[in-house]
Amino acid sequence: MSSIKITYHNLLAKWHILTGHKLFWPVFMAAGLVFCIAVDTFDFVDLYLQLILIYVGINIILTVSLNLINGYMGEFSVGHAGFMAVGAYVASLLTVHAFPAGVQSLLFPLAILAGGIGAALVGFLVAIPSFKTRGDYLAIVTLAFGMIVKSVLENIDAVGGPRGLLGMEKLTTLPWVFFWTALSIWVIRNLVYSNFGRGVLSIREDEIASDLMSVNTRQVKIIAFVVSSFFAGIAGGLFAHALQFINPRMFDILKSTDILIMVYLGGIGSISGSIIGAVIYTILLEVLRPMGIWRMVLMPLMLVLLMIYRPRGIMGMKEALMFTPLRDLVTEKLWRQKKKEAADATD
Amino acid sequence: MAYIFQQALNALQLGSIYALIALGYTMVYGILTMINFAHGDLFMVGAFFCFLIAVYLKLSFVPTLLLSMLAVAFLGVVIERLAYKPLRNAPRVSAIITALGVGLFLENFTLALSPYPKHIPPLLENITWTIGSLSISSLQIIVIVLSLVLMLILDFIVQHTKAGMAMRAISWDKTIVPLMGVSVNKIISLTFAIGTGLGGAAGVMYGLAYPVIDPYMGIMVGWKAFICAVVGGIGNVRGAMIGGFILGAVEIMVAAFFPSTYRDFVAFTLLLILLIVRPYGILGKPQPQKV
Amino acid sequence: MPLIEISKVTHRFEGLCAVSDFNLAIEQHELIGIIGPNGAGKTTVFNLITGVYRATEGSIKLQGKELVGLTPHQITRLGIARTFQNIRLFKELSVLDNVRIAHYGQIAYTPAEALLHIGRFRSEEKRITNQALDLLAIFKLDESANEKAKNLPYGLQRRLEIARALATEPALLLLDEPAAGMNPNEIMQLMDFIRWIRKTFSVTIILIEHQMRLVMGICERLVVLDFGATIAQGLPAEIQANPRVMEAYLGVEVAS
Repeated sequence: MSSIKITYHNLLAKWHILTGHKLFWPVFMAAGLVFCIAVDTFDFVDLYLQLILIYVGINIILTVSLNLINGYMGEFSVGHAGFMAVGAYVASLLTVHAFPAGVQSLLFPLAILAGGIGAALVGFLVAIPSFKTRGDYLAIVTLAFGMIVKSVLENIDAVGGPRGLLGMEKLTTLPWVFFWTALSIWVIRNLVYSNFGRGVLSIREDEIASDLMSVNTRQVKIIAFVVSSFFAGIAGGLFAHALQFINPRMFDILKSTDILIMVYLGGIGSISGSIIGAVIYTILLEVLRPMGIWRMVLMPLMLVLLMIYRPRGIMGMKEALMFTPLRDLVTEKLWRQKKKEAADATD
Repeated sequence: MAYIFQQALNALQLGSIYALIALGYTMVYGILTMINFAHGDLFMVGAFFCFLIAVYLKLSFVPTLLLSMLAVAFLGVVIERLAYKPLRNAPRVSAIITALGVGLFLENFTLALSPYPKHIPPLLENITWTIGSLSISSLQIIVIVLSLVLMLILDFIVQHTKAGMAMRAISWDKTIVPLMGVSVNKIISLTFAIGTGLGGAAGVMYGLAYPVIDPYMGIMVGWKAFICAVVGGIGNVRGAMIGGFILGAVEIMVAAFFPSTYRDFVAFTLLLILLIVRPYGILGKPQPQKV
Repeated sequence: MPLIEISKVTHRFEGLCAVSDFNLAIEQHELIGIIGPNGAGKTTVFNLITGVYRATEGSIKLQGKELVGLTPHQITRLGIARTFQNIRLFKELSVLDNVRIAHYGQIAYTPAEALLHIGRFRSEEKRITNQALDLLAIFKLDESANEKAKNLPYGLQRRLEIARALATEPALLLLDEPAAGMNPNEIMQLMDFIRWIRKTFSVTIILIEHQMRLVMGICERLVVLDFGATIAQGLPAEIQANPRVMEAYLGVEVAS
């Protein structure tokens, strides 16, 4: 028994050394990208499986970005699908109507980026009510925002009204999903481990104290909402070009609920948690597909049980070391100081 | 003139259904500061109970209504005991997510058992009186009057009975009340029973007014009723009633003067504006921040 | 010129006058105490100075600059920091992060640099982390730098709160009941500690306190509040002899 424990600790230590190595991430990223390109070119993986992988990536982007608001900042946004919708529509309109045929796959990243920027602009608008309203009332603001987006889209004939938009080429490929997923994880992790990220956390802990400790809470809220909605928009663009068909109903409250479930399943305030939550949820839904409608009965039950026995989700407020940058900085300094103290003591 | 009166009547009918559901949100919030997102789905379950009782037991309107209310109230209490009670000391958001999960469960479970929309048989003979260009249906009157009666009963319970006093006391201070010899668990169960029972009643009346029911009908109506509760000032019973009638009026007016697809857009935009002007709702009081 | 000049400040809350016609001018390096019975409006004065509440009337000037109307973080950056009556640390965050958050205003990199971890990001983080750790070392908290703030014992939490306030590099430090929950022995230590802080960080200090022993022991000047009104101001010895203060503290019957 104890030998198993020792092996586990050994393995864990080795894993930490491995992931802490400065070449770990570059090599891991390069390998991942090469693998995705290979899969995309030679199609040696089942197409259905490829599609699931694409959805896993999109869901990771959605989950990590929502976690920034709901987990790190401690607000309760229920309108994430609204940002996703903005990104999906902006990107789709560009590829279908604006870009000339033939170069669409070349300009695809631009369309996705534009979708992200469009969503970020809307995110900026949603950040403004968050200056004064908090908690349940801010939740309502985001809810209303989500409903308004859906309602507006349903009423604009130019984007297809309730019928939605068609005609997108299948431009969302595995390498692109990998790229955007990695980018969103990286950027949000960077944000979280920066001055502004600490500001985001301090707002969750105690907004008044945060303001009194010189944190510009308005600036922090704007950054958090803009970054979060930007990536939701990116995910929307990718989603639209994977499914090749969108309509306003796809981005209703049920979609937002889906993302919420992934966030709280994985655990708030944790990037690794969000990844785990998105992967488990997406794959479980696929694995249980043979159950038909009963899987949709089972999933919420599992969520309720999880909340009762682990109210903070799988990784709640914990982070895998591999996602914490600069850990060398703190430890190094502490170590230096300890050594100095020891030297002083012997003098 | 008659047209406006007609629309006002429609608004009252829709508003009273919203208000009945909003009461459930607000009562639970007042006592547990928890948003019971499954409440809209309990409303849906109420409509389905109504269908089952009317079709299989072939009961008349009043017993159908009472049985449906009882069944939904029982379900509400069971849900509270099984799913929410273990989370009373957990982070608030876990309870909210649990409620979302319970709601999804109710929707999908109903869908699994009944994949096609159901049609509630007419339980009451619907008489339409025509006065000039104005037409009033007996159904409309029954929905409005019945809702008002239920709300008055509730208001009486909350304001003038011992249990109501205990409810109000718990919403003020949860730690002191048990010291006064009040069983908090009993009061919470009672709150759930009354709140969800009213939701069930709303389901029955909705089913009478709009007889085609489906498992997802509770989502949109539920969220809108939730908005009513917020507009009125969440936790405030009278506020929920006012919020319900306001939203009912807004929706009917929008539908009367604009294409009906604008209804949600206008309703939610108004909500946003109201929240910016009065962030704590109409009857809510701002909480002074303590430092 | 006084460091801070509060003149004719009045604050009404829903018709209630929480503080009325409050006047106080403090010179650099003074140590002032605000005392008064519960609910006298002492913490409200702190809230007015730090911008949590906006004064209904009057002006508060820090080195000649008007503070009324500024947000709390603007005021903090101008050089006023505070602690809280009930400890308000960022409980789930590490001790180190509690202090680093207070450095928020001193970091030079932009959001773009933060998102991409480029430019000044690394050097600035290093500088701030070093500063924070140095500060923690001064307060003997560096051993627990990576622990969650909520896991510190009560006394250390109080100390961390003061360290966090000092991290904002204030000229004026407001301490709200620093001796709450301490025994007489600890209060004696706290008195030395406050004097030491004033000297080491060359700050001016205003403190709110109930413990007469502490207030009389270290404050150079006292302000006595009762029901929002200033009923006395002066040296500790004068205050002790003031009949109105006795009345406010002990009730009318005893005084008459």
